[in-house]
Amino acid sequence: MPRCAAPAAMPVNVFREMAMQLTINGQSHQVDIEPDTPLLWVLRDTLGLTGTKYGCGLAQCGACTVLIDGQATRACVTPVESVAGTEIVTIEAITGDAEGRRVVEAWVDHQVPQCGYCQSGQVMAATALLKQTPQPTEEDIAAAMINLCRCGTYNAIASAVRQAAKA
Amino acid sequence: MNDMTPINASQNSDGQAGLLNLSRRRFLGVSAGALVLGVALPSGAGRALAQAAAPAVVAGTRVNAYIEIRPDSTVLFRSAFIEGGQGIFTAMAQIVGEELDVDPARFVVEAAPPGPDYLLIGGFRFTGGSMSVRMSYEKMRKLGASARLMVMQAAAARMNVPVPELTTEPGRVLHAASGRALSYGELAQDAAALAVPADAPLRAKSDFRWIGKPLARLDVRDKSTGKAKYAIDLRVDGMLYAAVQHARHLGAEPHTITNEAQVLAMPGVHSVHRLPGAVGVVADSWWRARRAAESLQVTWAAAPQGTRGAMPEDYSTERHREGLKAMTGDGLEAEASGDTTKALASAKTIIEATYDAPHLAHAQLEPPSALARWNDDGTLELWAPNQAPEMFQGAAAKVAGIDPSRVIIHSPLLGGFFGRHFFYASANPFPQAILLSKAVGKPVKLVWSREEEFLRDALRPMAVARFRAGLDEKGMPVALSAIAVGEGATGRWFGRQPDKVDSSAVEGIAGKLYAIPNHRVGHIHVDDPAVIGFWRSVGHSMNDFFYETFFDEMADAGKQDPYDLRHRLLAESPRQRKLLEAVADLSGGWKRGPYQAEDGTRRARGVAMASPFGIEVATIAEVSLRGEETVVHQVWVAVDPGSIVNPAIVEAQINSAVAIGLSIALMEEVVYEEGVPRARNYDGYPILPPDRMPKVHVRIVESGAPMGGIGEPGVPGVPPAVVNALAVLTGRRARSLPLSRASLAGSI
Ligand code: FES
Ligand code: FES
Repeated sequence: MPRCAAPAAMPVNVFREMAMQLTINGQSHQVDIEPDTPLLWVLRDTLGLTGTKYGCGLAQCGACTVLIDGQATRACVTPVESVAGTEIVTIEAITGDAEGRRVVEAWVDHQVPQCGYCQSGQVMAATALLKQTPQPTEEDIAAAMINLCRCGTYNAIASAVRQAAKA
Repeated sequence: MNDMTPINASQNSDGQAGLLNLSRRRFLGVSAGALVLGVALPSGAGRALAQAAAPAVVAGTRVNAYIEIRPDSTVLFRSAFIEGGQGIFTAMAQIVGEELDVDPARFVVEAAPPGPDYLLIGGFRFTGGSMSVRMSYEKMRKLGASARLMVMQAAAARMNVPVPELTTEPGRVLHAASGRALSYGELAQDAAALAVPADAPLRAKSDFRWIGKPLARLDVRDKSTGKAKYAIDLRVDGMLYAAVQHARHLGAEPHTITNEAQVLAMPGVHSVHRLPGAVGVVADSWWRARRAAESLQVTWAAAPQGTRGAMPEDYSTERHREGLKAMTGDGLEAEASGDTTKALASAKTIIEATYDAPHLAHAQLEPPSALARWNDDGTLELWAPNQAPEMFQGAAAKVAGIDPSRVIIHSPLLGGFFGRHFFYASANPFPQAILLSKAVGKPVKLVWSREEEFLRDALRPMAVARFRAGLDEKGMPVALSAIAVGEGATGRWFGRQPDKVDSSAVEGIAGKLYAIPNHRVGHIHVDDPAVIGFWRSVGHSMNDFFYETFFDEMADAGKQDPYDLRHRLLAESPRQRKLLEAVADLSGGWKRGPYQAEDGTRRARGVAMASPFGIEVATIAEVSLRGEETVVHQVWVAVDPGSIVNPAIVEAQINSAVAIGLSIALMEEVVYEEGVPRARNYDGYPILPPDRMPKVHVRIVESGAPMGGIGEPGVPGVPPAVVNALAVLTGRRARSLPLSRASLAGSI
C-alpha cells in the first residue's frame, strides 16, 4: 500500500534543517529546511508560490510539474537539496518565457482548462516539450503530455500543443 | 444530485411546470419534491436554511445581492453556483450580461456568500444535478433586466428626461435626442439605491448577442497561468498548517499515541491533537505536519460492534457484490406498465442477465482542504471547497457550537468536484479544521493528503441489476422486468422512506422511453456499508450501462440490429428518435461492424441512449482490441439540451463526460478488503490517462424543449456504447465493470 501511515518504519529524529540557496524564476532564495523536503512544499508553503499544485505527491499526476534547467520535473518527489544550484522555473514566471507565452496563448485560444487544477502542470509540461523539441511529432506530444486531467481536457491539450508548436 | 431533488412544481425558478421532467414525475409522485428534502436535512443545516429563508426575501430578485457595477463599468457578479470547471461563472455572465447590456467579458464572477437571496433550487442552494442554469435561467435574466432598468432610471433622473427616451449600449445609457451618454459606472451608486422594478422587459431571443454563443470562458487565462486560487492555495495571516492520520476503519477512535513526545520534537511541529476518528498535527508547513502525522504511532479503539455507520473490519467489496447479486424477489415497484408477469409467461423467448458496477472514487485532482479562522468577534470564518454553502454553514455551526449566522463561509474555485463536495460528514475535512483552529487559537489550513482522501471519500454506490426480458416470435421485446439492487445516495443523505423507491438508485433503468408494452422496474434496498455519495450523473452513471447493454442482448436474442431496434421502439418519442438519427448521421451512418479500419484494426461500434437531467443524449463508440486491451478510437455524441447558453461549454463538458465515462468503463473500481480501500493513490486507482482518450465529436440539437443541465448527461451513454461495441468484437458480453477486472478472454 503506497504511503499509508507506516509509523514503525519512520524514524522521527533524522529530520534536521539545513540552509540552501535556490534560484527560482530568476530570483535567489535562501531557505532553511530539511533537505529531503519535496521542492513542491518549499514552493507552496515556504515561498507562497501556490501556482504549482499538489495532486498525488507520488509522481502519478503531474500537477506539480516545474522546469528544472528546462526539464519538466515533478516537484512532489524532488528533494529540495537535489535542485540547489539549478534554474527552477514555475508557472508564476511562465509568461516571462518565450515558449511559455506561446503555450499560454494556445491554451487560451483552445479554451483548454476546465476546473484548471491540473493546468499549471500541463502548461509547464508543454513548455518543456517545446524547449527541447520545437517541432514535435504526434508521438513526441503523446510522450511528453502524460499528466492526468480528471476533467478530460486531453483533446484540447493536444490541439493547443500543436498550435503552440506552429506559432 | 439526482433527478428527484428539484422536482417541485411550485418551486421552479420560473414557476413553469414545463421545466419538470415529466417522465420521472409520473412515477415519483408529488411527494418527492423539495419538502421531503427539507424535513430530512440534518438539523444544523435545517436551522441555517430555515433562518436563511426568513421572511420577505424572494431568492434571485434582489439586484444588489448579485450585481455590483463598479466605477469602471465592470460588473462584480455574485453567483449562487460554485465554479468547478463546468463554466457556470461564464454562463451566468452571459445570461445576466445579455439583459443588463454589459459584455460578459466585463464581468468578474465570484461565489456568493450564504443567504436567502441565493436559494435558487426550490428554496435550497447547491451546485449539482446539472441544475444551475436550468433552474435559474429565467430568474437571472430578469435580474439582469431589472438592473438595466434601474441604471436607466438613474440616468433619467440625472439627465432629467423620461426613461422611454433612453436606450443602452453595452455599459452605457444613451439619450439619442440630446446626444448625451452616461456610463453604467457613473450611474451605479444612484441605481443601487433604487427599488427593484417588477416589470423590466426582457430582450427578445432573436436579439441575443451572447446567450447561445460560444463565448470564451472568463477564467481560462488565470487557469493557464497558475493565478487561479483554489481552497488548497489560500493563506491568511498567522496561519498554521495541519495534516491528519485517519483511523483505517471509519468509526474507530484514537486510543493511545506512543511516540507523541518524539513527534512534538520534529521540526516545525506545533502540536498533536486527538480528533473524532483521527489524529492531527499542526505545524508551520504542510509537509512538516504531514510527515509528523504519518509518524504518529497510534493504537485505535475499534467502534463497538454494530455502531451505525462504522466500517466493519471484515468488509469486502467483493463479498458485498456477491450479497447484492444473491438478493431475490421483485423489490419495491419504481415504475410499471402493462402486465409484465403475464407477458413474460407467454413470451416466445426469455433472456436473463445480471449486471454489476463497482464503487467509484471522485478522484478530483484537488485534494480536499479547509481553512478555519476564529475571529475576535466570535465568528468563525471557513474557506472550504463546497457545492452547498448553506449546508456547510449549518454543519460547521454545529461543530463549532455557535449559531449558523456566526459562520462565514467562503466558497473557492473547485479543483474538480463531480459530486465530491457535498456535505458528507466524515468525508469533509472542515470539521477537523474548525476543531484544530479552536484548539491552537490560530487560523489553521488542513489539507488531506491524497492517501487520506482515498481513505475517506464518499463513493459512488455499488449496484447490481437483474434483467428478465420476453421476446415475441418476431424477436420484438414484449416484456421487461428490471430489478435494481443497492442503495441510492439521495436516500443516504436526505432520508430514505422505506416504502418508497429512492430514485437515485433506479434512474437510468426507470425513465426509459422505449415502447416495451409490459415492463416493471423494481428496487431492492441493501445498505451499503461504505460511505456513499453523489457521483457525476449519480444513478445514471451505472444504470444506463445496465439497461442499454442489456438492450443489445435483447436485440441480439431477437436477431435485430441494436440501432434499428432502438429506432423502432422510439417511434412514439420523436425527440429521442431524431437524436438517435443525429448521432448516426454524425458518425457517417450507423454501422455496427466488425469492419476493417484504414489502419488495419478490426473495429466495431456500439450505440446507447440516455435521458439524464432533463437532457437527451445519444452516443456511439468505435472500439478495437489491442491484445487484451480495449481501445476506443472515437466517440460521437448527439445531445439535446433543449436550449443552451454556450455551445463551447457544452462541447467541453461532453468531452469531459466522455473521458470520465470511458474511465469508469475501462479502469475505475474502489476495492475494499478487511474494511480498508486497497488503493490510496492514483497508482492503485488509475483514471483515464491521455493516451486512452478517444476523439470526440459533438452535435448539439436544440429541440426547444425546456433547458436541461449539461455537466453530467454526457457520462451515462459512454460505458454501454463501448461495451456494446466490444461485444461485437469478442462475441461475449461484459456485464461487470470495469473492463480491466475481467480478462477479455476469461470471465466476460
Ligand atoms: S503531485 Fe506531483 S505528480 Fe502528482
Ligand atoms: S482541468 Fe480539471 S483536472 Fe484538468
